Amino acid sequence: MTIVSAGLFKDCTRSFKSSSSIVGVGLGGILTYRHTYKTNRVRFSSSIPSSYHCCATLSIKMEEAKQTVDVDKTAVLVNELRKTFSSGKTKSYEWRTSQLESISKMIDEKEKEIIEALHKDLLKPELEAFLSEISMTKSSCKLALKELKHWMMTKKVETSMATYPSSAEIVSEPLGVVLVISTWNFPFLLSLDPVIGAIAAGNAVVLKPSEIAPATSSLLASLLGQYADKSAIRVVEGAVDETSALLEQKWDKIFFTGGARVGRIVMAAAAKHLTPVTLELGGKCPVVVDSNVNLQVTARRIIAGKWACNNGQACIGVDYIITTKEFAPKLIDALRIVLEEFFGKDPMESKDRSRIINSFHFMRLINLLDEDKVSDKIVVGGQRDGSQLQIAPTILLDVPEDSLIMQEEIFGPLLPIMTVEKLEDSFDMINRKPKPLAAYLFSDDEQIKRKFVQNISAGGMAINDTVLQLTVSSLPFGGVGESGMGSYHGEFSFDAFSHKKAVLYRSFAGDAPTRYPPYTPGKQKQMKALLDGNLFNIILALLGWFKD
Amino acid sequence: MEESIAELRETFKSGRTRSVAWRKNQLKGLLDLITENEESIFKALHQDLGKDPVESYRDEIGVIQKSASYSLSCLDTWVAPKKGELPLLFFPAKAEVLPEPLGVVLIFSSWNFPITLALDPLIGAISAGNTVLLKPSELAPACSSFFIETIPLYLDKEAIKVVCGGADVGERLLELKWDKIFFTGSPRVGRLVMTAAARYLTPVTLELGGKCPAILDTLSSPSKAKVAAKRIVGGKWGSCTGQACIAIDYLLVEEKFASTLIELLKKTIKRFYGENIKDLKCISRIVNKHQFKRLHNLLKDPHVAASIVYGGSVDEKKLVIEPTILLDPPLDSELMTEEIFGPLLPIITLKNIEESIELINSKPNPLVIYAFTEDETFKKRILSETSSGTVTFNDSLVQFVCDTLPFGGVGQSGIGRYHGKYSFDTFSHEKSVLHRGFYPELEQRYPPWSDFKLLFIKLAYRFNYFRLILLLMGLTKS
Repeated sequence: MTIVSAGLFKDCTRSFKSSSSIVGVGLGGILTYRHTYKTNRVRFSSSIPSSYHCCATLSIKMEEAKQTVDVDKTAVLVNELRKTFSSGKTKSYEWRTSQLESISKMIDEKEKEIIEALHKDLLKPELEAFLSEISMTKSSCKLALKELKHWMMTKKVETSMATYPSSAEIVSEPLGVVLVISTWNFPFLLSLDPVIGAIAAGNAVVLKPSEIAPATSSLLASLLGQYADKSAIRVVEGAVDETSALLEQKWDKIFFTGGARVGRIVMAAAAKHLTPVTLELGGKCPVVVDSNVNLQVTARRIIAGKWACNNGQACIGVDYIITTKEFAPKLIDALRIVLEEFFGKDPMESKDRSRIINSFHFMRLINLLDEDKVSDKIVVGGQRDGSQLQIAPTILLDVPEDSLIMQEEIFGPLLPIMTVEKLEDSFDMINRKPKPLAAYLFSDDEQIKRKFVQNISAGGMAINDTVLQLTVSSLPFGGVGESGMGSYHGEFSFDAFSHKKAVLYRSFAGDAPTRYPPYTPGKQKQMKALLDGNLFNIILALLGWFKD
Repeated sequence: MEESIAELRETFKSGRTRSVAWRKNQLKGLLDLITENEESIFKALHQDLGKDPVESYRDEIGVIQKSASYSLSCLDTWVAPKKGELPLLFFPAKAEVLPEPLGVVLIFSSWNFPITLALDPLIGAISAGNTVLLKPSELAPACSSFFIETIPLYLDKEAIKVVCGGADVGERLLELKWDKIFFTGSPRVGRLVMTAAARYLTPVTLELGGKCPAILDTLSSPSKAKVAAKRIVGGKWGSCTGQACIAIDYLLVEEKFASTLIELLKKTIKRFYGENIKDLKCISRIVNKHQFKRLHNLLKDPHVAASIVYGGSVDEKKLVIEPTILLDPPLDSELMTEEIFGPLLPIITLKNIEESIELINSKPNPLVIYAFTEDETFKKRILSETSSGTVTFNDSLVQFVCDTLPFGGVGQSGIGRYHGKYSFDTFSHEKSVLHRGFYPELEQRYPPWSDFKLLFIKLAYRFNYFRLILLLMGLTKS
């Protein structure tokens, strides 16, 4: 594979004192290189999806000076933000709301530019751009503005007998200087949504948008530069070296959206500084379809969660369907009809679908499609156009479970349908795979619904719909296992960027001698009573009448 | 070891640990374990750390009894799904957040509170319905063997296991895949744990330590100063002789108050623990030679040694270090840069007590800040200008038994939190579930896209239902 060009690696050299290895992040995958100091040779390997192993051994002139400057520059930036944070400026309610209002204004005023950038990067249809990026970001901003006072409020909690008399509360405080690394599929939403949470919680924040959606990345850099407080909110554009330089810094929180492989690198880098992380990853999100459903509605909602959702390039998008053997043909027919209704007779001509992000991912998808024992399973679609980076909505029936398309997250317009004898068998198939970010079920059977919710572990679920759970701000959004850790949206975003500080107030009165030495057996009894919280026993114990 | 972990995974898969009845049974079993073996626990703790039974009861047995009973009484509420609010537009629909167990979890506990720090997280893991492997610290061997002997007798053997051993066992465990790792210990090992966890994307809770300062403001009456002194002495030497992550590490006080304070502390120490190193009672010993040497070395620094104003004698054979007070040791000495974790109390004097905020902020975030003050403005300043896991005003250590408060660090003092409901949450995944019906169906969600649909969606996002109706009736322009 030569898709990943050597040019990308050109600037990856860094100054290292001894042999070392470093991993960089970019191009939606991982680049690792091992540098042996003595021979001055750098070995690169890229492991984007495991199907693509691109290895190159390159001799590179060491550009130590340049790279050091890069790391230093990042360090300077972080220092500046740290100073701002230390000044306490970002903690005030007024600062937070002024920034959120400014971002909200920015979205209103620059709607056209945003839609254009998304069109450039992904050919995203205007309505889809509006639906899934602009208005989502906007409502997230509005909700934060509306609820912020409430979120910031100190929460009183009850105290127990053991610490009487006392009062206790939980104070939300900002974590400090945080890093948000976002991704290319919803480059606007997935950049700003976490940033809104970080600001709402009172942090200084650096956003690293994805270089794979360059138009949106540079738009974000220029817009935030214009609308946000530069001393506390910054955008760093770039690819592998920039991200590596960022990950070398000490952050108080790293919020990452992307693939599980890079998630591991981020977490390992965070471990060096004991930095907490939120990892928003993906996974193969299944849809289980029962035979008792309203077929047309089901088909529409599946398509809405697959091809009308960034053409399948979404972390909570539908990845594959499981249904019963006998129901599969009916479902396929329904999908075929609705597909035509949505995208016309020739879906390759439709303007209502995003394109594949770049030729790398296009080739990756073609590779999934062209695998042996997979390519002959296509029942709908299959057309492709490399020059337009477009693949038609493609449905495959009963591909082998060990094929790449059923092993890797598809992240594109291909939809395998797997069939089982009994619907319950689908649970096993799902549980054999890593935990997905979302799991969907279409069924009218209450018992199946209950079993599904109970037996399937996933970040989130929607019953009889797809993707919509993302828009409910009262639901935490985040994965479990391979699909990530931590959650956000609504107040959960605020919490993701806050430390919940426990505060206990005591007075000088009520100092029980029980606590202090010299210890006696009587004290032990009193202590038991105190920790039990049984008032009657406490009185007995204090009077010396307590019996075991 | 791999086999027993495979068994844990099998048990989890069977779904047995998810039932509330199982969880309650295990918690009851744990309560029985603690209650029926009180004497053996006292003995083990005395053997490992020289803890007095009253101290053991207060800091370990009692804490676990309280914690387990609290979980038992709250479990039904905790496992219940929480309703989420939905916009009208989604009608009819139902949103809920459902806590589910993470799977097979690993708990690393520490030697200073070998019972509490092992069983308290275990209570959380059981309450949340996980299967658990507990790796107690090898530095408290009597307690470790107590666990090995008793846990299989009282708890479900196929779901809760204990593995003993040193660093090599720890390393081997970290090479395996877990669904959660809960670690109590030092930042150095914490980093290793998190790095290892990254390989499998395992979430971690790290309960670390740090230098917990106590600020002592000038108090309005001598009797209050006396109470404060008692609580400071209790917070320094009372729990495992300062070998506690939430113990007071150093004390900040105004210059003019220092001598009075030192006198008060001396008096209290003598009353609590006795005077001569040979006759010390009601105080734990240093856990082992290694820690003893480390602490002794801290004192050997000539500048530090010169600052000793009370105590300072040691008994290497018995692993005892006398409660020691140091006045203004150099701020760059190891004593003031590293977590002390032992019976040495440096007092740092300041011109003005408000300077303490700056001094605290020059160090990594501590697990707790203690502040003895009656000045409400100063309290507010401490709360808003410093960052720590917890702030306790006018007392020490007691926040640990407060089930309603999250316990955990920030920055260098840790990641994540536990106690009470927070323990349950630490070992749970909050699964969000959205239930929808098939009708009514909003056509506007679907392509082919049109201007009409765009306007519809814009209005819907603004929850402008009135204009939406007008639009649908064709009474407004698209």
